[in-house]
Amino acid sequence: MLFQPINKNYHEFCIDRDPDLCINCKVCVRQCSYEAHYWDETRQKVMHDNTKCVGCHRCEALCPTSALNIRNKPSDFRTNNLWRPVFLQNIYKQADTGGVLLAGMGSPVDIPVYWDRMLLDASQVTNPSIDPLREPMELKTFLGAKPRKLDFSVNKKTGKAKLKTKLTPQLELDVPIMFAAMSFGAINFNLHRAMARAATETGTFYNTGEGGLHKSLYKYGDHTIVQVASGRFGVHRDYLKAGAAIEIKVGQGAKPGIGGHLPGEKINDKVSETRMVPIGSDAISPAPHHDIYSIEDLLQLIYALKEASEYKSPVSVKIAAVHNVAAIASGIARAGADIITIDGMRGGTGAAPAMIRDNVGIPIELALSQVDQRLRDEGIRNNVSVVAAGGIRCSGDVIKAIALGADAVYIGTATLIAVGCTICGRCYTGKCPWGIATNDTKLSKRQNPDIAAKKLANLIRAWGHEIEEMLGGMGLNSIESLRGNRDKLRGVGISDTELDILGIKHAGR
Amino acid sequence: MKAPERYYDFEKDISGCGIFGVINRKRGLIPGEMPIQAMTCMHDRGNGLGGGFAAYGIYPEQADKYCFHMMCDDDAAIKGSEEMIKKYFDLHFYEPIPTRRVLAIPNPPKFNRYFVTVPEKPENEFRELPEEDYIVAVVMKINTTVPGAFVVSSGKNMGAFKGVGFPEDIADFFRLEEYKAYIWTGHNRFPTNTPGWWGGAHPFTILNWSIVHNGEISSYGINRRYLCEHDYLCTMMTDTEVVAYELDMLIRKHGLSWEMAAKVFAPPFWDEIERMDGDDKDLYTALRVTYGPGMLNGPFAILVADNTRLMGLNDRIKLRPLLVAEKDDMIFMSSEESAVRDVCPDLDRVWMPKAGEPVIVDLED
Repeated sequence: MLFQPINKNYHEFCIDRDPDLCINCKVCVRQCSYEAHYWDETRQKVMHDNTKCVGCHRCEALCPTSALNIRNKPSDFRTNNLWRPVFLQNIYKQADTGGVLLAGMGSPVDIPVYWDRMLLDASQVTNPSIDPLREPMELKTFLGAKPRKLDFSVNKKTGKAKLKTKLTPQLELDVPIMFAAMSFGAINFNLHRAMARAATETGTFYNTGEGGLHKSLYKYGDHTIVQVASGRFGVHRDYLKAGAAIEIKVGQGAKPGIGGHLPGEKINDKVSETRMVPIGSDAISPAPHHDIYSIEDLLQLIYALKEASEYKSPVSVKIAAVHNVAAIASGIARAGADIITIDGMRGGTGAAPAMIRDNVGIPIELALSQVDQRLRDEGIRNNVSVVAAGGIRCSGDVIKAIALGADAVYIGTATLIAVGCTICGRCYTGKCPWGIATNDTKLSKRQNPDIAAKKLANLIRAWGHEIEEMLGGMGLNSIESLRGNRDKLRGVGISDTELDILGIKHAGR
Repeated sequence: MKAPERYYDFEKDISGCGIFGVINRKRGLIPGEMPIQAMTCMHDRGNGLGGGFAAYGIYPEQADKYCFHMMCDDDAAIKGSEEMIKKYFDLHFYEPIPTRRVLAIPNPPKFNRYFVTVPEKPENEFRELPEEDYIVAVVMKINTTVPGAFVVSSGKNMGAFKGVGFPEDIADFFRLEEYKAYIWTGHNRFPTNTPGWWGGAHPFTILNWSIVHNGEISSYGINRRYLCEHDYLCTMMTDTEVVAYELDMLIRKHGLSWEMAAKVFAPPFWDEIERMDGDDKDLYTALRVTYGPGMLNGPFAILVADNTRLMGLNDRIKLRPLLVAEKDDMIFMSSEESAVRDVCPDLDRVWMPKAGEPVIVDLED
C-alpha cells in the first residue's frame, strides 16, 4: 500500500472488524453497495477497503455477530482552525477531478441552531395546565387563504345565522406536520408509496417533489400535494388535478438559486415514465422558472395553475430562505398564493453543489419569524398559510416553529431517518445501502412499503402526542392559540439582535 | 398596523379574580349597595390590588352624550386631557367625580367627568371617521399621548369606577352607594406580578362596552398580534383589553352577533363540529378557520355589558367559576353563589352555565 496519493490515504472512516467475532458469512459484502467489504479468495476470508466506506453503518446494523464497528478515522492532520480537514479533502478531490463538489443531505456546517436556543413555557398555578389524556386537545389545521372577516345571513324566523362567505379551498390537516417534497427518482417508488399511505392514514399530506406522480399513486390524491418546478418534469393536466394542492417550487433551502438535479444513474424506466425524460439521462431543472422573471410572472403562473385545477386546489409557492425572504413572501402573498412554504438553509437534498448548500441562505427560524411578522405588519397574514421546512428534527422544533408563526411544517430528512437513513450524505450516487435514495431494484427492495408506511405513520403520531402534551402544559387546548404566540417562547444565550429578529424575550424576562 | 418596536418585550399581567353582575330586565334601578355587598362577600378573591364597578343608567339626564370618566395623575394631566377633549368634542358639562377620602386608599389620582358630543363638522385628523370610531380614536390618543391621563370610560349613560384597592374600598371612595343603575358589574382582582395601576383595574371599557374578567388568557400572545393586524394596539398589560378590542372588532366592525362573537371566544370542539348538520358545520368551520387567532384559550369567566344587555361566558372547558341566578326581573351572574345569596337569599332559579355557552340577558324594551 505504499505511495498512495494523499486523497486515498486520507479517508473519513475506518471499518473495525473483530476477528474473533467475524464468521466470514459475507453479509457485509452483500450489503455494502460501495464495495467496501469483499471476499478475499486467496486468504479465504472477508476483507475490507476503508477508503470506500461512506459511514452508512448498513454492514454494522446487519452483521449477525456484531463484529463490525464503523469509526471516524483517528489519523488526523495537524490541528488548524482555518484549514480544517474538510477543506483539504475537498481541494485534493477537486485537484484530481476539476469538478464541482457534490453533496447530499442538509448542510452539516456549524451555524447556530436557534431551535436549541429557544425554550417553551408551561402553566403553573395562575392558569391550569390541560391534560391531553383527559381533555380534548386539538391539532387540526387548515392551510389556505382565509377571509379577513365573515358575512352571515340571519334567518328572520329562527334567528339562525347562515354563512354567506365562501371559503377558498383549504387543506385540512389532523396534525400540522407534512412529508416534505422528495421526488420520485430522488427516493424510490417504495418510499413514495409509503409516504402516500402514511399521509392518508394520519390525515396529513405528502409532497410529490418535482418528479411527477406515478399513476398508481393517484388514488392517494386527497393527501397529495403535487409540485411544479422549473423543469416541469411530469407536469400535465391529469397530474395537476390529481393532488389536493399544487406547489410551485421556486427554490430549495439546500440550494437556493439553482434548480434540481437528478443524476442519470437514478433514472430507470419507471422514473423515466413518470418524469417524462429518457432513461439514464440527467434530469436537470433550470435555475429559474423561465416563465418567472419577476413577481408579476409568478402571479400569472399561480392563476394558470388555479385555472388548470378549476380553482379546486390551493396553490403553494415554495421558496428558499434567503436574505430578503420577508419582502419576497409579501410579494408572493399579494400575487395570489394560498400557501407559502419557506425552506431554511439546513434543509435536505438529494444532490446539491456543496458550496451552495453550505454557504447560501439563512436558517429557517429567522426567516420564518420575519416572514410571519412582515405579513402581519402588512395586514395580509390571513391571505396565506405559512409552512416552515428545513432542519426540523423533533416535535419540539415543530411546536417552536408554530409558536414563531408557522401554520404547519414539512419534514424531509426526519422522514428518511424514520425509515433507516443515517445521513451519510451520498444520496447523489444512487447507491443508497438503506434502499432510500436509490432506484436500483436490488437496493430499493430493502424498503418494504408496508413497514415504511407504518414507521412514517408512527412518527407522525408520536410527534402529535408530544405536541399535545406540550400544548396542554402551556394551558392551551387548540393549536391555533399557539400559532404565532411568541409569548410562549424565550431565547437563551442569544444576542439582542437575534431576539429582536425572532421577536421573543430572553429567558428570565 | 405595523407592530411597535420590541413589541415582544411587552409584559402582561397575571391575575385571578372575583366577578359579579346584575341586570334588571325592566330597567328597574338597582341601588349601589347591592353590587358592593356582593363584592364584599367575595373579598378573599382579590388581594387589594384592584377593584371596580361599571354602572348603566346612571346619567339619565345626559343620556344622549358620551360621558368621559377621566383619571389624571396630576394637574398637568388634567390640563392636557381637558385641552384634548375641548379640541375634539363639543363639551356640554363637566364636573369632578364625587369622591370621599378613604383610609384604605392613599394618594388616589384625580377624577373628572365630561359630557360631550362629536361636533357636526370636526376640523381635525379624525374628521372622516364614523362617530364611534371617532370616539375610539380620541380615547386612544388621550391614553397614548397625554402623560398621566387615562380614559376610564367613554360610553353613554354609563360609567366605570375603578382603582387600586379592595372593591368595597373603591366603592366607598367613589361614593357608589349614591348611584342607582339597571346593570351593575363588579370586579375584585388578585394580580400576581404587578404593583397595581389604577387604569389596569377592571372593568375595562370602550364606548358602551364594559368587561369584567376572571382569567388568564393563555392565547394572549397571538390575540394581541391578531388585534394589531386589525389596527388595535394593546397598551394596558391586561388581557381584558384583548376581550374588549375583539368584541369591538367582531360585533361593531365585522357585524357578528353577540352569540357568534362568543363562539369566536370559545368555539365548539372540532369533534362537535364534525357532528353538526351541513350549514352549521360550514359556519363553525369557517368561524374557527377565520377567527382562530382571536380565540380566547385558557381559563376565563367574563361578563360583558352594554346599555341593553349583559352576557356571561366561560372558556370551553370551564376552568373558572361562573354561576347564573334569577329572581323576578333580576338576573345575577357571579363567581360564587354565596355572593348572590348574600344580596338576594331567595332565588327563583340558579344554574351553572355550560362551558363555552354564552348566557345573554336582554332588557325587555
